[in-house]
Amino acid sequence: MALAQITDSGPIGAETTQRGGPLSRWASQHAATLILGVLLLLLPTVTGDFILVQVAGWAMILGIIALSLMFLAGYGGMVSLAQMTVAGVSGYMITVLGASSLPTISLFWPWWVAAPLAIVIAVAFGTLTGALSSRTEGIYTIMITLAIAAAFFYLTLQNWPIFNGFAGFTTIPAPVAFGINWKHPLPLYYLILFFAALSYVAVVYVSRAPFGLALQGVRDNPRRMEAIGYNVTAHRVAAYAFAALLAAVGGILMVWLNNQISPGSAGIEATIDLLVIAVVGGLGHPIGAFVGAIIYVILRTFALDALVAVGLDGRRFQTIIGLGFLVIVLFSPDGVIGLWRRWTARARSAQERNGP
Amino acid sequence: MTTAFGDDERTHAGRGDALARWIGYHPVAALIIAVVVIFAAWLVLAPWPAGFEDVFGKKRLFINALINGITLGGLYFLVASGFTLIFGLMRNVNLAHGSLYLFGGYMGYEAGQWSGSWLFGYVIAFVSCAIVGIAMQFLIFRRMEGQDLRQTLVTLGLSIVFSDLMVWVWGGNAIQIDTPDYLMGPVPTPIVVAVKSSGETVFLQYPRVRLVIFAAAVLIGVGMWLALHRTRIGVMIRAGVDDRDMLSVLGYRVQLLFVLVFAFGAGLAGMAGIVGGTFQSISLGEDSHFLLASLQVVIVGGMGSIPGAALGAIIIGCSEQLGLVYFQNYATMLTFLIMVVVLAIRPQGLLGRR
Repeated sequence: MALAQITDSGPIGAETTQRGGPLSRWASQHAATLILGVLLLLLPTVTGDFILVQVAGWAMILGIIALSLMFLAGYGGMVSLAQMTVAGVSGYMITVLGASSLPTISLFWPWWVAAPLAIVIAVAFGTLTGALSSRTEGIYTIMITLAIAAAFFYLTLQNWPIFNGFAGFTTIPAPVAFGINWKHPLPLYYLILFFAALSYVAVVYVSRAPFGLALQGVRDNPRRMEAIGYNVTAHRVAAYAFAALLAAVGGILMVWLNNQISPGSAGIEATIDLLVIAVVGGLGHPIGAFVGAIIYVILRTFALDALVAVGLDGRRFQTIIGLGFLVIVLFSPDGVIGLWRRWTARARSAQERNGP
Repeated sequence: MTTAFGDDERTHAGRGDALARWIGYHPVAALIIAVVVIFAAWLVLAPWPAGFEDVFGKKRLFINALINGITLGGLYFLVASGFTLIFGLMRNVNLAHGSLYLFGGYMGYEAGQWSGSWLFGYVIAFVSCAIVGIAMQFLIFRRMEGQDLRQTLVTLGLSIVFSDLMVWVWGGNAIQIDTPDYLMGPVPTPIVVAVKSSGETVFLQYPRVRLVIFAAAVLIGVGMWLALHRTRIGVMIRAGVDDRDMLSVLGYRVQLLFVLVFAFGAGLAGMAGIVGGTFQSISLGEDSHFLLASLQVVIVGGMGSIPGAALGAIIIGCSEQLGLVYFQNYATMLTFLIMVVVLAIRPQGLLGRR
């Protein structure tokens, strides 16, 4: 199967075995993760609010949503383009059930009712999408999920009673809870960081749990899994449900960070950008989603100025994104993560050759 | 068993018998279909009674939406038939198909402006899109055969680049392609829309250009069906849809076939761009609109099937137009629901097969 070529699950980073207690062994194996975690925790001390929220926060949210796509594509072999739509559903639901500038539509329920309910609705939507696209296999998934994503986009564009048409909603701040105003940059950043870390750990955990292993079996050979007694469809739909949970959380954070939602938030362009993020980062490991997201956000934030600075038309940003995506797909199908892996493997083999 | 492009050859001789046999096996379904067909014919041809119009609105509105839907279906068929053929033969979900549609529309517009001939625009649109299609197949997809996901991702990347470059060249404003003089104006149709109080019957008037284009779409569809079923190339294409590797093993030049089909599908999409520009307008964002339409048509009609594309195009076109008239806020939900129902009952599409 084509997917197997670009996905390859295995832990990233150094696999050295060292002596010492289990804690120090764990720490040495996950040195990169630990350093990254500490850096992210300390980030607010060195940067301003803009970098904190609009770059780091935004990248982590896109990372969470891209992670749901990575989970489905990398471990399940199902490239679902409807993950941005799931995020859009939960984003719209938190707006409709919670607070916004439109009292005619919003119900102004408290956040602890609105947020869980929005997540439940979005997960139901994502599961239904999965149930539909699991009826067919392989490349059909892209077609069906893209059609669903586009249908949702045109629905939000046309529908005024619930989605407020192309105008969408504004003034949807993160709530005040536990005595903290979460719409301030610092609490918002830590909120996003918490959920990003949680999603990452959850995906890594699930990928090694029996369910995740069975899912990878379904990806590699559904007929054999069926033959040894696994319910292939159930595993696929359950994977969609889990991925929808991640995307739904990302969707709510997205609305709280942007303070608005409109059809473009989960439009066709956003859907495609999400796939670009996941593929550029690499579908082989959960960290790829975040790597892709940070590359994308940095490009999106600074490429315009950079393009103008070197004398090019800043409006050709999409061409840069598209060409970059093409280069990755054509020359490194497993994304930036794949590049990194190959580079470290080459460095290590060179070291061994030069060593004693 | 049915092939991707219609009935199995063996049943061709006894088509009438097959129908009779089918009715014999499914008397209830046949009765329901007969009643629905007769009701639909009455709905279209006869003037509506007063009480009926109170519930469903003016008949003129319904008929207009219906015929708009059917003619829009003709346009969708032109776009989707190339998409479904490329997918059926090469397993390549060409997500740049909408970009080809838009590119054809722009090229046709430029050619029409330059030469003053609407028809010349079609030639230019077909040729320019076919060249792009050949380049895509020859330079990129040939090198990654059998990797359908990677091919699809490449088409996605290309569509991002294409649409941005087209914005660069033609800007974001909508472009309307002028209808030529000889196709201007309405034609009377034999469909009664209302009966005036004086007893005079009012017949529907409909734009000539839309009817002509629909007729052309039907002609192209029939031509494609004949080409697929009555020519050597057509036999090769159908064989390729069924088993590409076997065809290649038998010594046929599959690569040439791929290039031909890609060029033809892309060219059709380009011609459809002019039709779209004449019907409505072409602008930024229309590429994803028509990509979505192709996806829906192919999902509903059946993947890789030309008759399926025709059926799906009519269904999607009508549901869009009727939806716009009767449930403005939820029009896309109607097409979406149709898609969901088809996927739930027949995942391979109405006329498709696994």
